Amino acid sequence: MAVDRSDIAKLAELARIAISDSAADDVAHRISDVLALVDQLQAVDTDGIAPMAHPFDAVQRLRADEVTEPNLREQFQAIAPATQDGLYLVPQVID
Amino acid sequence: MHHFTVAELIQGLRRKDFSSVELTQHYLDRIARLDPIYNSYITVAAEQALAQAAEADQRLAAGNAPALCGVPIAHKDLFCTSGIRTSCASKMLDNFIAPYDATIVENYRQAGVVTLGKTNMDEFAMGSSNETSFYGPVKNPWATDCVPGGSSGGSAAAVAAHLAPAATASDTGGSIRQPAALCGLTGIKPTYGRVSRWGMIAFASSLDQAGTLTRTAEDAAILLNDMASYDAKDSTCIEHEIPDYTATLQDSLQGLKIGIPQEYFAEGLHPEAAAHIEAAIKTYESLGASIHNISLPHTHLGVPAYYVIAPAECSANLSRFDGVRYGYRCENPRDLTDLYKRSRAEGFGEEVKRRILIGTYALSAGYYDAYYSKAQKVRRLIKQDFVDAFQQVDVILGPTSPSPAFAFGAKAKDPVSMYLEDIYTIGTNLAGLPGLSIPCGLVENKPVGLQLIGNYFAEAKLLNVAHQFQLATDFHKQVAPGIE
Repeated sequence: MAVDRSDIAKLAELARIAISDSAADDVAHRISDVLALVDQLQAVDTDGIAPMAHPFDAVQRLRADEVTEPNLREQFQAIAPATQDGLYLVPQVID
Repeated sequence: MHHFTVAELIQGLRRKDFSSVELTQHYLDRIARLDPIYNSYITVAAEQALAQAAEADQRLAAGNAPALCGVPIAHKDLFCTSGIRTSCASKMLDNFIAPYDATIVENYRQAGVVTLGKTNMDEFAMGSSNETSFYGPVKNPWATDCVPGGSSGGSAAAVAAHLAPAATASDTGGSIRQPAALCGLTGIKPTYGRVSRWGMIAFASSLDQAGTLTRTAEDAAILLNDMASYDAKDSTCIEHEIPDYTATLQDSLQGLKIGIPQEYFAEGLHPEAAAHIEAAIKTYESLGASIHNISLPHTHLGVPAYYVIAPAECSANLSRFDGVRYGYRCENPRDLTDLYKRSRAEGFGEEVKRRILIGTYALSAGYYDAYYSKAQKVRRLIKQDFVDAFQQVDVILGPTSPSPAFAFGAKAKDPVSMYLEDIYTIGTNLAGLPGLSIPCGLVENKPVGLQLIGNYFAEAKLLNVAHQFQLATDFHKQVAPGIE
């Protein structure tokens, strides 16, 4: 399965990564090489096999709904690019 | 002092041959003087290390100090270390001072271990050569025109150059075992779920596991004792009894059944490496083990399955790096979308971006079943091969890597040839089994490794099998030429 520059443009949009026009062809080529490697999987018969996400098929453990962590907002926000009144600042989203 | 193993350092500290402060200062001086050659450290935490060493000396003097008290180690730079830059070798996190300690870092801190610094690695753990680091490549101490392996190349080079007696590392597709093989070290990746991943910056959550790079299996056992823990904060961690991994190192290998997978000895394996493995098999027979030919028929599907699953999981894990709360933010973003797109484009290196895009593709609508779901099914087939094999044998033995360390740039242009470096190690991660690599000889004056794969939670057995080999042979004692 090969991808072309329009596929790359769509993927870049989904992944929120800017890919320049000049880079797109090279990226498409490299990714197509990897997808060629990966296509070997299509030949494998996996009828009746359940997907495996965890070696022991573990599931999310639940815990009691109790507060166990202190609020460390100031400490964590100390390393943020821009904050104000305990909120993270980003460029305007809504007009 | 830097020629001592961890076990010897523990003795030396208790006999008061040296203090932890002296030992730590010795390593810090060595790192300052020699690491410019290897580039194995990203951050050296001198002030903190000496403060920790002073505390350790007090605990040692008071008596009853834990085994590792006062021993300095290095941490791979994807473990959060409070107050110390934690960069994952990426521009994205160049300014990230971790606000907390990873569980394994906390475990070692409580044990009195001294943190020398954070080691270099492939960016976000994606690579097999330590060529993708934002901070520059790491040189293999055995041949400085060659790669140390990856992604834990910095940890491996630091230990091989005697700039740390041991280092933590992580293994997602072979990133501990392959650098161990290329640098002449003992590297262990425990069973998935044995060690907490809390505070370990995630690459592929169902594959990542923390482990160590040391010069001996005995050292690996000592370090695993404090590294392994059940952690409620890591929901993928498995609650399982933690033995004293050093207690059974001396067990005889009489009656041990070793499986040799035919698929690990096919085309692509360097013939001299294969010869060393054959010799090692003879050594194991002389120690009382019996050798059995086995088959792991889905071996060839490991690399393709991994290069769907790992990028898919990485695309999800790396979506948190958005320039908003921490890490790199681009200048003058026009709007929120521009902030995301340019922060990520500028903050991530090329291999990381490629893998995120592959992962995004594999998870996207219309492709999820054909790629991600399919790969997860193939993964179960790969696991089943091992489960079947362990009905007949106790451990599996084979090469770690197809050849010794390669030159810089030799594989960088062709990602697929780089990916095939992991062909023998990747199945272990997909199945979640424990694996380790130990030195078994030199090829072209560079080390090659022998891989041992164990059944789930059989780290004690693996370390015993490795240790007995290290009692019967000297390969692990060989030091890279030119190391003072």
